Amino acid sequence: MIDNIDLSLVDWSRAQFALTAVYHWLFVPLTLGLSFILAIMETIYVKTGKEEWRRITRFWMTLFGINFAIGVATGIILEFEFGTNWSNYSWFVGDIFGTPLAIEGILAFFLESTFVAVMFFGWNKVNKKFHLVSTWLVAIGANLSALWILVANAWMQHPVGMIFNPDTARNEMVNFWAVLFNQVAVDKFLHTISSSFLLASMFVLGISAWYLIRKREEQMAKRSILIAGVFGLLSSLMVAYTGDESARTVSKVQPVKFASMEALYEGKNNAGLIAFGILKDTDKKIGGKKVREFAFKIQIPGLLSVLTGGDNDSYVQGLKDHISGNEKLGIISTPEKMQRGKYARDVLTSYKRARLINDTAQIGAIKNVFKDKDFQNKYFRYFGYASIDKPEDVIPNVTVSFYSFHLMVVLGFLFIMIFSIALYLLFKGTISDNKWFLWIALLSIPLPYVASELGWLLTEIGRQPWIIQDMMTVSKAVSQISTGSVITTFILFAVLFTGLLISEVSIMLKQIKTGPKH
Amino acid sequence: MTAMISQAFLQHYWWIIISILASLLVFLMFVQGGQSMIYSLPKNNTQKTMIVNTMGRKWEFTFTTLVTFGGAFFASFPLFYATSFGGAYWVWIAILFSFTIQAIAYEFRSKPNNVLGKKTFDLFLFLNGSLGPFLIGVAVATFFTGSMFTLNQMNQVHWATHWYGLEALLNVRNLSLGLAVLFLARINGLLYIINTLDDEALTKRSVKGLITNSIPFLIFFLFFVISLLFSKGFAADPTTGTITVEKFKYMHNLIQMPVVLILFLAGIVCVLYGIGITVFRKSFSGIWFSGAGTILSVFSLFLIAGFNGTSFYPSLFDLQSSLTIRNASSSLFTLKTMMYVSFIIPLVLAYIWYAWKAINTNKITEQEMNSEEHKY
Repeated sequence: MIDNIDLSLVDWSRAQFALTAVYHWLFVPLTLGLSFILAIMETIYVKTGKEEWRRITRFWMTLFGINFAIGVATGIILEFEFGTNWSNYSWFVGDIFGTPLAIEGILAFFLESTFVAVMFFGWNKVNKKFHLVSTWLVAIGANLSALWILVANAWMQHPVGMIFNPDTARNEMVNFWAVLFNQVAVDKFLHTISSSFLLASMFVLGISAWYLIRKREEQMAKRSILIAGVFGLLSSLMVAYTGDESARTVSKVQPVKFASMEALYEGKNNAGLIAFGILKDTDKKIGGKKVREFAFKIQIPGLLSVLTGGDNDSYVQGLKDHISGNEKLGIISTPEKMQRGKYARDVLTSYKRARLINDTAQIGAIKNVFKDKDFQNKYFRYFGYASIDKPEDVIPNVTVSFYSFHLMVVLGFLFIMIFSIALYLLFKGTISDNKWFLWIALLSIPLPYVASELGWLLTEIGRQPWIIQDMMTVSKAVSQISTGSVITTFILFAVLFTGLLISEVSIMLKQIKTGPKH
Repeated sequence: MTAMISQAFLQHYWWIIISILASLLVFLMFVQGGQSMIYSLPKNNTQKTMIVNTMGRKWEFTFTTLVTFGGAFFASFPLFYATSFGGAYWVWIAILFSFTIQAIAYEFRSKPNNVLGKKTFDLFLFLNGSLGPFLIGVAVATFFTGSMFTLNQMNQVHWATHWYGLEALLNVRNLSLGLAVLFLARINGLLYIINTLDDEALTKRSVKGLITNSIPFLIFFLFFVISLLFSKGFAADPTTGTITVEKFKYMHNLIQMPVVLILFLAGIVCVLYGIGITVFRKSFSGIWFSGAGTILSVFSLFLIAGFNGTSFYPSLFDLQSSLTIRNASSSLFTLKTMMYVSFIIPLVLAYIWYAWKAINTNKITEQEMNSEEHKY
């Protein structure tokens, strides 16, 4: 009934989606953050009437335009790849997942695309206030689109508000508000947009620092640093807060991902938070998977227990708790979940067989089983485990999860420091004299990009092997097309995206060198 | 009151929304039509810049409508999304590819240090302009001519050929609709150029172009419509959902839904009227008639594809796997939720109209091209 899938097809399909997502996310955060910075700058122009602020706004708007187009270009592929490469997924959850994508188009994309035209071309065509409103609407539209796609992604991490329908063989939405206000969605949205604001602020700060190093456009640079410094500091504080909230939620709804993020194999009370650590291979194994231990670590005792459970006596679950189970904590072992998942799949298979031969008595009886809350909660919620071959397969890549999470956190604290120093030096009036800091600011431009991509790496690799947590594995979600077709399109997209990225960076550098128009 | 709304009503409601989005998309492909003529229409660089800039100020609308069309199809008829996109892989990938290269071409083409050079980005615009409308036309034609797929008990698609969608290019009827859409996009592109550019020589050339593009459009469009009316169609039994082949199904649909027939004919008349007043009366308003006509005819075509118990995505390989608005739709709850969302569409249309007017108050002149800071 559920066909065996060629693994190389799954791998190439994943590679293609990852390629598109990674490239897309190189451009989107700047759009999300810079749009608000533009709106703030233009508001100052309209309020003060000073031409210099108009010039500043238009300069950053030019850079925004270059980046915006390429974000849009990669975005369309991402949306349609759910269908082209993950068609089984698209049917299995399309009843829920499609809704945020459609709302994104209707509510957000039109707002963004309509007013971006006014923003670019309306300077001499519409009055100041209409233009300002348009700039704000572009910022709101862009961030609204982030909301809906993140709601969709959050649902994959923590599926809520739906019920399985055996007739249609898919999950169907029963509570829209549960999907929208899913705790993972709320955390993810706030964390993602604040990190995008931070990234854009660093972009503006770094480029402005370059002008100061070159002793060019000093007034514009200092004014831009003021906006970027304040916006960036507030955003980086919000990133820290929402990141903490986000991790707390992950510990509850995706405990295996959380344990991987912390490389925590053995669950414990009074668990320490790893501030810095280097992992090494050991001879120990969980099933066929090697256990990784710390070659070196600096940890803050008890803090992980405090952060996740409220006090240092709280027990933090480890990977082994989930593989072998923990009766005391009521954690079911993975082999048991696999059994339950297989039972749920068998019930579904029996239902489909009864449908085929039109055995009405059997159809009615099995339908009642599906309506039974006990069956839903104890068996069907583990449906995806039926596709798991070995218990240890539910452990994601610990190395990638651990390093991506910890590097992201370290960078987060670094950003708070950079924005604080920028504002301190600016208000002290010595920012132009402190070349060391200007160089740090300039060289830091790529760091928020790294942090942002690491965040997605953790989100997506940390969720493996699931495409929908506990319900569907990635290998069962893939479209059954030829591997050769996917390899060909992967190469096509890789060449195209790389070419466009090189072109974008080159144009951007030239525009920065040219500077604002006088 | 909402408790009384049935799933059948909402399936029809959402097919209408999909049809509206599709018809708006085909109209907005005047942008692609204009792009497909950047090598042949302008006589000099200034004219080329003017054409690129008038199209460039609207490309986002076409792009966004395509994305929303995809999103709305996913939300309302997810089985189509899974089946067609996951099976006719190459057609959709080619469409996506052509739109991806369009999105950056406008912004990058005239910027210094763009690495690939202006000529490459102009080629991107030309490729999107030619391939985009043609391939979308071919993909939509399969709504009538069918595809080779089967669905298993879990509604998972298996494509029955190894061409994964490329086989659609071997069907003459698909090709004829693809070419008709391309030439219609070019006609609308010319009418939009006449409406928005202040350049006498270019207007004269555009009027000539209207005549040369109208002839192939009429040939391909009439061929498709006549073959459609006399072809077999795929009917779904209203009670059991069983699919059968019915002779002259689409002709029956037009006769049994006279309102759709009237809209379809009115659409064709409007397109011809838009061309006629531009060629014979030197009017600048042809785009609005032709645009309205495009919307009406595409809207009607979609209605005869999905309404009146018709399979809108027939399977030639396994008839009973064919998709109808009944078996491919989302659940009642989701369709209802989406219905509330759709109430905002008039507001969206209103602000698009307002912003469109604000930008298009005056025609684009050569002088403006020389002074505009944000220029493509």
